[in-house]
Amino acid sequence: MSSLIMIVVGGVLVNNLIMSQFLGICPFLGVSKKTETALGMGMAVTFVMAIASLFTFFVQRYLLIPLHLEYMQTIAFILIIAVLVQTVEIVLKKISRSLYEALGVYLPLITTNCAVLGVAINNTTAVDGGYGLIASVVNGTAGALGFTLAIVLFAAIRERMAVGNLPKWMEGFPGALIGAGLMSIAFQGFAGLIH
Amino acid sequence: MSEKKSIRAVFMNGILRENPIFRLLLGMCPTLAISTAVSQGIGMGLASTFVLVSSNLVISLLRNVIPEKVRIPSFVVVIATFVTIVDLLMKAFLPELSKSLGVYIPLIVVNCIIFARAEAFASKNTPLRAIVDGFGMGAGFTLAITLLSAVREVIGSGTFLGMQVMPETYQPMAIIIRPPGGFLTLGILLVLVNAAVKAFEKRKEAKAKEGIA
Repeated sequence: MSSLIMIVVGGVLVNNLIMSQFLGICPFLGVSKKTETALGMGMAVTFVMAIASLFTFFVQRYLLIPLHLEYMQTIAFILIIAVLVQTVEIVLKKISRSLYEALGVYLPLITTNCAVLGVAINNTTAVDGGYGLIASVVNGTAGALGFTLAIVLFAAIRERMAVGNLPKWMEGFPGALIGAGLMSIAFQGFAGLIH
Repeated sequence: MSEKKSIRAVFMNGILRENPIFRLLLGMCPTLAISTAVSQGIGMGLASTFVLVSSNLVISLLRNVIPEKVRIPSFVVVIATFVTIVDLLMKAFLPELSKSLGVYIPLIVVNCIIFARAEAFASKNTPLRAIVDGFGMGAGFTLAITLLSAVREVIGSGTFLGMQVMPETYQPMAIIIRPPGGFLTLGILLVLVNAAVKAFEKRKEAKAKEGIA
């Protein structure tokens, strides 16, 4: 149990996907202009990442390892994630039209969100022989919650920056990147929480 | 593609006008994560270039065979195949570099540059032009990531390619090679590149005006 808590704290704060591992930077910069869309993106990623951790665990443990096809991992995982993203898109379209429209073009981009694939691969290499079933899903969910936390905070900062008086040369991406850098410094403060 | 650009223009496009990192801001994850040392930057750049060129070639060859509806999964499979090849080659021949790049090698598969070029260029152009575009984009990516990692390595560890370049008394700014430094350095470089582009365009405009007068 305590190891699971460690995984959660590590995933959300200490090894935050965006702030210390640089995974999922494209949506982080792309969908962070408004807090609502950032939250929607975070939720979509959380959903996909939790399920992806589950499926990739089974594929790795019961398909790739027994058949000695570990070198096919990248191809197998990315296909699983692509299928999952398509499913989420169809489900969202049915149950929440407004969220679907808000996320628009970025939803299919979760396929190329390296955070999802990165977490799936990290699950298999984290400890000797990879995380177990529960640890994998917990790690995936925690990582995605950390992603959501970072992107929502960042969107809030950018909302303020948009109405503030930035010097001309800082507008747009340079300002956003420097803001992200300062946020990342704050996240470094969590580093001592786990060993 | 209504206007046919010359092969040279296709190549230069990736390095300057549509530089993946500085102009399009694609492929940010490996850029920020890997650029802590020049050797890693060059390794990442070359590995990505290989994947870009090969997947551009294959996708361009198959562009009339792949049905419109399943093109995205097809692209992903092609790209993932070449990434796996690079991954295995690097593990066999460059084990140290492979270890330091770690998970970011398999993650080339989700590098948006490669996907964007497959979708926007390779699937609509002849194989030769696709290869040239791959080389151009790859060179632009490699140059930019090498520049970024050079700045970070010199300031953050006081070395260049592992050799000491700063004086002994220099206290390395460790924050620059930590994650926050990635964001900050890239942000500042972007400001400089944007300023350079603007100055360049102004000069071009002034020249054009002089020509008319």
